[in-house]
This record gives sequence, structure tokens and C-alpha cells, in this order.
Amino acid sequence: MSAKNEAVQSQATQYLTFMLREEGFAIEISKVREVLDVTTMTRIPRMPAYLSGVINLRGNVVPVMDLGLKLGMGSIEYSKNTCIMIVELEVDANLVEMGVLTDSVQMVLDLSPEDIESVPKMGTNLNTEFIKGMGRQTEDKFLIILDIDKVLASEGEAALREMDSGGSIQLRESKPEETAGAEA
Amino acid sequence: MADTEYAEVFREEAGELLEELETSLLELEKDPADLKIVSRVFRAMHTIKGSGAMFGFDDIAGFTHHVETALDKVRDGTVPVSTELIDLTLASRDYIRALLDAATGGGQADPAEGERIIAALQVLVGGGALGKEQAASAPAAPEEEKDPTAGRPTHYRISIKPSPDFFVGGNTMEALLAELNKLGESTVFMDAEQEDVGALILLTTDRGGNAIEDVLVFAESSCQVAVTVLAVEGEEDLVEHKKLGEILLERGEISPDDLKTVLARQKPLGELLVGEKLVSRTSVDAALAEQKLVREAKEKATVAKGAESIRVASEKLDQLINLVGELVVTQARLTQVASHHKDSDLVEPVEEVERLTAELRDCVLNIRMLPIGTTFAKFKRLVRDLSAELGKEVAMVTEGAETELDKNVIDQLGDPMVHLIRNSIDHGVESPEERQQAGKPRKGTITLAAQHSGANVVITVTDDGKGLDTERLRQKGLEKGLLRADMELSEQEIWNTIFVPGFSTAKTVTSVSGRGVGMDVVKSTVDALKGSVSVTSSIKGQGTTITIMLPLTLAIIDGLLVKVADTHFVLPLSQVEECVELTREDIARFHDRRMLPVREQLVPYVRLRDFFAISGERPAREQMVISRINGERFGLVLDDVVGEHQTVLKSLGWIYRNATGLSGSTILGNGHVALILDVANVMKCARQEEHDALAN
Repeated sequence: MSAKNEAVQSQATQYLTFMLREEGFAIEISKVREVLDVTTMTRIPRMPAYLSGVINLRGNVVPVMDLGLKLGMGSIEYSKNTCIMIVELEVDANLVEMGVLTDSVQMVLDLSPEDIESVPKMGTNLNTEFIKGMGRQTEDKFLIILDIDKVLASEGEAALREMDSGGSIQLRESKPEETAGAEA
Repeated sequence: MADTEYAEVFREEAGELLEELETSLLELEKDPADLKIVSRVFRAMHTIKGSGAMFGFDDIAGFTHHVETALDKVRDGTVPVSTELIDLTLASRDYIRALLDAATGGGQADPAEGERIIAALQVLVGGGALGKEQAASAPAAPEEEKDPTAGRPTHYRISIKPSPDFFVGGNTMEALLAELNKLGESTVFMDAEQEDVGALILLTTDRGGNAIEDVLVFAESSCQVAVTVLAVEGEEDLVEHKKLGEILLERGEISPDDLKTVLARQKPLGELLVGEKLVSRTSVDAALAEQKLVREAKEKATVAKGAESIRVASEKLDQLINLVGELVVTQARLTQVASHHKDSDLVEPVEEVERLTAELRDCVLNIRMLPIGTTFAKFKRLVRDLSAELGKEVAMVTEGAETELDKNVIDQLGDPMVHLIRNSIDHGVESPEERQQAGKPRKGTITLAAQHSGANVVITVTDDGKGLDTERLRQKGLEKGLLRADMELSEQEIWNTIFVPGFSTAKTVTSVSGRGVGMDVVKSTVDALKGSVSVTSSIKGQGTTITIMLPLTLAIIDGLLVKVADTHFVLPLSQVEECVELTREDIARFHDRRMLPVREQLVPYVRLRDFFAISGERPAREQMVISRINGERFGLVLDDVVGEHQTVLKSLGWIYRNATGLSGSTILGNGHVALILDVANVMKCARQEEHDALAN
């Protein structure tokens, strides 16, 4: 990724674009470790529905989140394009991997700061904290650039509205304290 | 400061020596007349001084020297072993520890404390013949006063290993050797090319050991110097004489094995010396090299008072264990694939791999196993100091010190054990007067015991103190709002409140305990180690027992693989008592009340399918796995029991850290992820939910 970055002049940043429903989204490509096809997922019972479960990623157990549910846009419907982006995020100074379920991954796109507009204060129907900006892909086509760290690290709101049918889930504050790898 | 790599070596070595020193001192306190222990104490101090100087820890070497001088008086019998002396020596040990930590960048040592200890030691031994020297506080007081070798031509072996500091100070080996040569006839073994490697000198002199010490005194701080009497001329049988052997051993310069080697043969002197020269001489034959190696190994063994060992960074071990964990998973997969193929040519080697993998796993896990006794020994000091501070008389007894436990577990067990022992001494054991009134011996006893129990280790801390006051605990619980007045609680449940955060019953807040922390720390640490902790108190006044149950290892467990619909779960096999069937008739017989008689006892159960809201029709014949949690039998009902499964524990990740009823995950042979059940947690949650449902 860094090699590609070198080729790009000035402050242009590379983004990976993907679809949720019919809508285009993007995250910084430096956050993405790899993109996988959907594999067998093990659901963790009694957890919010947006947490789809865990997968075996080459011997590591990696949690996967349904981004559609997380953003309150409805569950991802599985198709042959459905895929999991493995995103790296920092939790308490530790790098942890997390899978993000999306409808399809599109392309790598260079966007310079002037291509990115600030977030409208209202009208997105999304938690504006999750959005970094609106990226202009073409004249009239915009992408929602997500602040994926905030999306993944937060455990609130959309999560609590969309509860698993499985029973009572206690309200939790969103403070990721422990990190993965506590055992084994 | 000293080279960091060497500093680390020294730090570890000194740490071990300090522990040994502490153990020896506490033994000495019990048996002050045992000169062997005095020698051991002296030797430990001496070695710390020697290697301290060698690695450039001059402050440690300087301080230790004073303590050593005082101890020498004890060894001579000039000064008796007293509690005061032991206190001071223990304080010295702590001070050296502080110096050590300060030197390696952790904390600070207060030089005033060091001076205080030295001054007190000097007062204590001041009555002896060396009083004048102590007063002058000569930094290099001679190590021994009586010199049986003075006046007789004696052969010495002097080994000098200079540290870089030695040369920085402008010293040369040549000058030093010239000085020694003045004392008598000397033969020097030194590689002129490699002055810094050190030299071995064979010296024959009639000037006595003190004269040699005088020459070497200035080098001592920057060199590792060892002076050994090899033989005294004209007194053949002095070699046999017990006294000489004692002196040699006491100096810690040779091991008993060394002595034997020297004594056994009259002429091996030259051979031995060539052996010493091994480092710098190329023309040494293999036999001598072997001899030296064996001897060195033996020396090491005496110091570490354990089997031969090598040091390995624990990260390397962790990595190895992780790899073996992966191998176990892969092997399980291989076995599964092989069983599908039904190819006998394949099955055989696969079975072999399975056996080897299991052996390898046990071996690797065993590497990380340490006897828990190392931890127990550390608490002796704690008990001694605390009981003195609180005016109580407490003896500590240990049982099962050889019980082995994963190093990671032992490391994390230290703090909880300290809390438990503190609690026992502070809250449990009464003052000597109270004890006498209650008709008990004045001296209380705390017993630390460890034993294996299946795949678990059970550690108990028992005191014979006043026990838990159930009524007071209840009152306190009510006051703190931890209990409600309308709750009907068993004695056990009331006792368990001591593990709730913020609970403390001590009437007075002491520096020792009673700050409302402690027992909950114990519980959370033990929980984190996937263990359990419980308290029992016999009839009032007869003491308290805290029982900690821990898994042997945290990395790999034997599990029972079970299934609900398509989801696989693993139960730690150690928690499984038995499996029974649950039929539709059974359920009907009890009118859907979730219980089943098993061995003439009603066992309540939870259906995992319901608990985890797994959709689908349940089979006509369900399986029930029975576990025993805190002494109660409890069943988990599921669709199918697949079989035993070796499980490499994997964290579920931070996002699932609050998952109910689960303690982790594992990867199955087919690559799918199975969830590891936390049976105790399932039971707790199910009970709570039933409670809540009824309350509404």
C-alpha cells in the first residue's frame, strides 16, 4: 500500500470504496488489511445483532460486524458480492483486527483534500461522528467517507436499537477497555 | 552504568541470590546455632559482592562488603546470631534489592537507609575484635581475622577476572602481578594478548592470606577475585583436615565437589590449573575441557540449588506454545480428513502424528511448569514481618510446595496470595493473649497448601484464627447495601460477600488491610485466571480456609465438544461430571419444570438452545451435561455430544469481552470456530434471569 502511496503526488489519499445497499462508502485504504469472501461465521449468542459473529482468519479468531446494521441501514443480504473487509484498528494502543461485512467492495480511489467536502450538519441520517467527509467521486456522485475507527469502537446507539432477539442485553458504556489476546 | 546486557544477567543472578539469602536467614532465625546456614548466608552475600563488583555495581559491592564483614564475625563465632542481627541482615537484603532496582532503572534507593544499616551492624558487631576497624569504617576491611596459613609456605590459587573498569582506572594486570610476585614465588597463567580475560596465578608464599588480600584490595572493586588455598606445605594432612575444608567452603570459592576433586588426588594441581586456563589456551585436550565443564555445571547447580538449567526468555516459550497450539489444531484437522478417506495407509501415520503431537504438547506445557514452592518461600518473610508489626505470633506451614503450575499462573498468583495472607494475619489470627484465653496455643498457624486435582491445582490458605463472624458480615453487608434485609441467605452466601468490592470488616483500618480492597482483588485475579475462589469457615473460632482452584495451564485445555443446532460449543472437560439423556417423557414427567433426577438427586438444568436463543426444533432425545459449580450439580441441555476435543483457547476479542456464558473460542478441525462455555457464568445468568422474570 505504501508503494502505491508513493506514486500518488501531493496529499491525495487512497480510499477503498464499497457499497451498502445502493450507496457508495469509502474508508482509508491504509486501514484495510485485506478483503475476504464471506466464510463460515460463528454467531456469538446474546450479543447485539450488528455483531455478526467471529471467523477463523488463518488461525486467529476475528470478530465481524454487519456495517449495514451498525449504521442503521438494515442487515446485509448475502450475495456472491458480499465480502468482509479486514480492518485494523487501535484499541488501547493495541492493534486489533476486525471484519466489516459489506455488500460489495468496488475500487481503490485517490481523493485529494479538495475532493472532500465537510459533513453536512444534518440530512445524512447517520451519526455524524462516524463520517469524516463526503468524497466527490464524479461531478454529481458522492461517497460517504467513514471514520471506521469510531464506527467500530463505538458500542452504542444503533447497536442498542437493533438487539438480538436472544434476550436481555445490558446497556453498556462505550469504553473499549480490554483488548483481544487476553488469553491463549 | 554497567553494560545493560550484563546488568540484566547480574540483576537476575542477584535476585536469585537475594531470595536464597532471605530463605537462609529465616531458617537461621529458627536454628541460630546452625553454622552451615551462616555459611550459606555469607556465601550469598559474598557472591553478590563479587559479581556486583565485576559488573560495575560498585554501590552494591561497597555496601555488601560491610554486611559481609559483619557476617564474617558471626561465622567466626565472635558475634552470636540474634534477632537483631537477622533483622539487620534482612534489611540489608532489602536495601541491596533497592540498589539493584535503582541501578536497573526501577525506583530509588535511599543511601541514608544503607548508612543506617551499616551503622547498626557496626554497633552490633562492634564488641568484637574488629571494632576499631569498623569505627574507622575502612572500606576494605580484611575478610578474615585469624589466618591459619600465615607463617607457613602455602600454595594459593588466585583467579583475577578484571572488568573493563579495571583498565579504565589505569591499572594493568602486569602491575598487579608484580605486586603478588613480591609475596613469594608465583606462576602466572595469562594470555598476554588478552589481558582483559583475566589471569590465574599460582602463588606460594609464607606471608599468609591477609597479605594477599592487602595486595588485591584495590582490585577487588573492579575485578572478580578469588583466592583459594590449594595446599599448605609441610602439613600434608591439613588437606584432610576438616578445618581447611570448612574454610574453603565457607568462602564460597569452591563447591564441595571441587574440594573432593582436589582432595582426591595429590597431584592433579597442574591439570586443574590447565583446566582453569581453558579459555585462553588453545592446546587444551578434550578430557580437560570436559572436566571443567562438569565442574562448572556442578558449581552452578550448587548455587541455584536446583537441577541444571538454562535461561530462556519467556516470550520464546510463549511463541513455542502458540506454535504447538496451532499444531494441535492442524493435527485435529488432519485426523478428521484421514477418517473421511478411510485409507489405512493414511490412518496409521496420522495416528502416529496424533500421539506425537499430544506428547509434544505435554512436553512444551511442562516446560512452563514451575513448582509453586518458589512463591510460597517468598511469603515466609511477609508472615514474619507482618506478625511482628501487628504483635501477633504466627508460624507459616507449607504443604505441597512441589506442586507444579504454569509460570504465567504463578506470576499472577503473587498478589492475591499476599492479600490472603495479610488478611489471615490481620483479621484471622488473634493476639497471643486472646488465643490463650480461647484455649489455643499462643502461636497461630497459617498453612499454605497446594495440590493437584485433575486438571486443576487447588491452593488453600488456612489459618487457625477466630474464623468468620457470620453475623457481623451480615450486618456489614446490610450497612454497605450489599445485602438486603429480606434476603434469606445461607451462611455460605454471607461468607461470599467478602469477595464483593468495597467490603471490609476490620474494626480499625490498619496499614495491612481493611481498606476495602483485597478480597475482591483476589477474586478478580483468580477469575481472570479462569479459576474460582471460595471461603469456608468452620464453627466460630476455629479458623478460616480460602480455597483457590486454578487450571493447570491457560493455553490448552481438554474439552468436550457439544452441539446445539449448527453451533458447536466446548465445555472444559474438567467441569464435566457426567452426561445423561433427557427425553420428551422426562420433560413431561416434570411438567416442563427444568429439573431431572440423576442418581437420586434433582438436578436443575438450563437448555442452551433457549439460553442462547438458537432457533430450530429441539430433538426428541436431548443430552444433558452435568457440572458441579460451587458444590451444586447443574445441567446444561444440548442437542448432541460430539466427543472430546483438545482445545487451544483463543480470545473472542475485545468486542465480545462481555459475552454471556462464554469464556473464549477455539478453532475446530474443519476450520470453524467453536465457542467455549463458561458453565458457572451460564448458571449464574440463568438463575438471575429466572429471578428477574419472577420479580416482574
